[in-house]
Amino acid sequence: MTVTTRSSSDYRHPILEYIRQDRLPHIFCSACGIGTVLQAFANALRSLNFDMDRLVVISGIGCTGRASGYFESDSYHTTHGRAIAFATGVKVANPNLKPVVISGDGDLFAIGGNHFIHAARRNVDMLVLCVNNFNYGMTGGQMGPTTPDSAITVTSPDGNIEHPFNLVSVAAASGAVFVARWTALHARRLTKSLEKALQKKGFKFIEVVSPCPTLYDRYNRHGSGLDVMKRYREISVIRNFTDPMKAEIDYRTRIVCGEFVDTEKPEFTDLLASQAAELQKR
Amino acid sequence: MLTRQERAPIVPEEESNTKWRIVVNEDWCKGCGFCYTFCPREVLEKSDKFNTKGYYPPVATNIDRCVGCGLCEALCPDFAIHVEENEEHSKRGGK
Amino acid sequence: MQKAVLTGEMFTQGDIAAAEGALAAGCRFFAGYPITPATEIAERMAYRLPRIGGRYIQMEDEIASCTAVLGASYSGVKAMTATSGPGVSLMNETIGLAAMTETPMVLVNVMRGGPSTGQPTEASQSDIMQAKWGSHGDYEIIALIPSSVQEMFDLTIKAFNLSEQFRVPAFVLADEIIGHMRERLVIPHEDEIEIVNRKKPTVPPEEYLPFKAEEDLVPPMATFGDGYHFYATGLTHDERGYPVMDDETQLALIPRLCDKIRKNSAKITEAKTLETEDAEILLVAYGGESRTAMRAVKDARNKGMKIGLFRPVSVWPFPKEQLKEAAANAQHVIVAELNYGQLVGEVERVIRNEVPVHLIPRVCGSPHTPDDLMKEIRRRIK
Repeated sequence: MTVTTRSSSDYRHPILEYIRQDRLPHIFCSACGIGTVLQAFANALRSLNFDMDRLVVISGIGCTGRASGYFESDSYHTTHGRAIAFATGVKVANPNLKPVVISGDGDLFAIGGNHFIHAARRNVDMLVLCVNNFNYGMTGGQMGPTTPDSAITVTSPDGNIEHPFNLVSVAAASGAVFVARWTALHARRLTKSLEKALQKKGFKFIEVVSPCPTLYDRYNRHGSGLDVMKRYREISVIRNFTDPMKAEIDYRTRIVCGEFVDTEKPEFTDLLASQAAELQKR
Repeated sequence: MLTRQERAPIVPEEESNTKWRIVVNEDWCKGCGFCYTFCPREVLEKSDKFNTKGYYPPVATNIDRCVGCGLCEALCPDFAIHVEENEEHSKRGGK
Repeated sequence: MQKAVLTGEMFTQGDIAAAEGALAAGCRFFAGYPITPATEIAERMAYRLPRIGGRYIQMEDEIASCTAVLGASYSGVKAMTATSGPGVSLMNETIGLAAMTETPMVLVNVMRGGPSTGQPTEASQSDIMQAKWGSHGDYEIIALIPSSVQEMFDLTIKAFNLSEQFRVPAFVLADEIIGHMRERLVIPHEDEIEIVNRKKPTVPPEEYLPFKAEEDLVPPMATFGDGYHFYATGLTHDERGYPVMDDETQLALIPRLCDKIRKNSAKITEAKTLETEDAEILLVAYGGESRTAMRAVKDARNKGMKIGLFRPVSVWPFPKEQLKEAAANAQHVIVAELNYGQLVGEVERVIRNEVPVHLIPRVCGSPHTPDDLMKEIRRRIK
């Protein structure tokens, strides 16, 4: 039997050089998908041999908002919803930097929704990685902008009556040059998309559907986090370049995954630089 | 009580002549079950012993079947499992 | 390429002077959102910054503007925004974050009538307390109040310098009168302008503790991209920058954030006086209102009345010692301000019932006339 059990001090996981090891184990619940997403991101950095001096990981508030604190790079934890606005300041002030925003659905699309659509519209070079768990986890499982129709949360105890956002559709309509959706089960494909996005210039958006076994999935009787991952295996289909408007996301029927948008558009800080260069010649 | 840093590593169990070795950090495992559930080769199983936090980490009961695909590693939300090549195996000229 | 410092004389507006002051101080990033009566600052920056190697961005709202300024500052660029009271109301969230993560940044507030949308085109001084108490929690900021177009320029530079020195948000609290007034501005030669830059770490990255303060209670600040790989958070954090929720961490952090300003206040505070040495009645006024007060002092002195003027230039921290000195011989203190009583409370705290403190408030767009002030002076002089 070749299972080696080691204590933390001499444990050498290949991604750990990208992670603040003195902060592990992380705060996420058992079977929460955020950790898997963070690992996928670290794996993408590793396979690209990404220049860590140029990376700035930025997050907002919430469970996923804690992500920035785990990366061994420059990193900043903003107030609720403001990660993208901060990242815009970083990128415009120093275009050599590579801001990556990792945050949750409530942070990015409720309180931060305005910043999201406008950064996408401007096509500011940044990667936005959204862990969508359909509720506000850190505050105890309230409904949010992606909570599905009739889902139970502590603030929709009789079933959610609001129409949820389809995040990939919002991103595409706002002007993102790269848009993808995966579930936490698609860790490998997610890593590939992250690699692609990290090498592409402009506003990139990747949604990762993730279990929240402690709150959302428990209130909605989806079973354990493992059960939710099994359900993802049953219902997810990969349809690259499907129209994001039609990229269905329904736990009862199916979740359409894949890379939906991959296009080119002049990037904001490049445009700023070329305009400034012209003006300075005068 | 010993702290996490002070605790001595648990000595690896008997090595077999397999190409792959699965390394588990029991301290970090939160027992989600992703690794042994989604392993395509049924290499891993849930252990019958729990860790200090009360979670059941995985054990590789079928390491000979492991092809080193690393899915267990990729899915683990807690960075608590990874797959490495078994140097002993290479030294012995194994493929 | 245009010059960053437009050395020479010009006849210009307060808002333009603030923009030029910022550029002279080394500001190379501006994020803003249009708002009366501060928009001219953004307009000037949109024109000037790209021509001198800086960057202007118009954000989607004031929250984003202020947050982008933080991002730029952490990326090593001196950065500012300009707005009015309603914009500051939105920015207060991020001002708290700037205080918590010790971010140098400058915010010009050209004050207009409030609350809410109030009187967008009219003058007011009703954001004095908002500047100090706008965000939640215990923290300190710096706020300077210009009383002329020249001071819009000078104090914007000073705001940048103090902000860099103490790693704290600094306000230029102008009122609409000063923002839109046109008068002579003299811009000195570049070499004559004192510039202060933030302290940088001198230790290698592995030894760097991003929130470990030095003797002056200010930690050296690394910049994104320098290879220091640090983490900053709005959560209560230890010297490493890591979130820690225990009493000791909060007890070490919050008093320091306040004390780095309170204990260094002698290095920050500034006040101007006019004829205070023998003043039996001390007028206290600032910003546009102090121009009226200066005239009232001259008129009263011409009539043989012993009147003096105390004008706080730094309002936060408040120049307590300077006020005590100016009020040494006063029998009455009269505070004239363009609000319904804000700084008067701070004056009362310093005067401590030793002599009566009277308020002449004014809450409609135009300032007091010298006659309004004379009327109050005559009531008090017996």
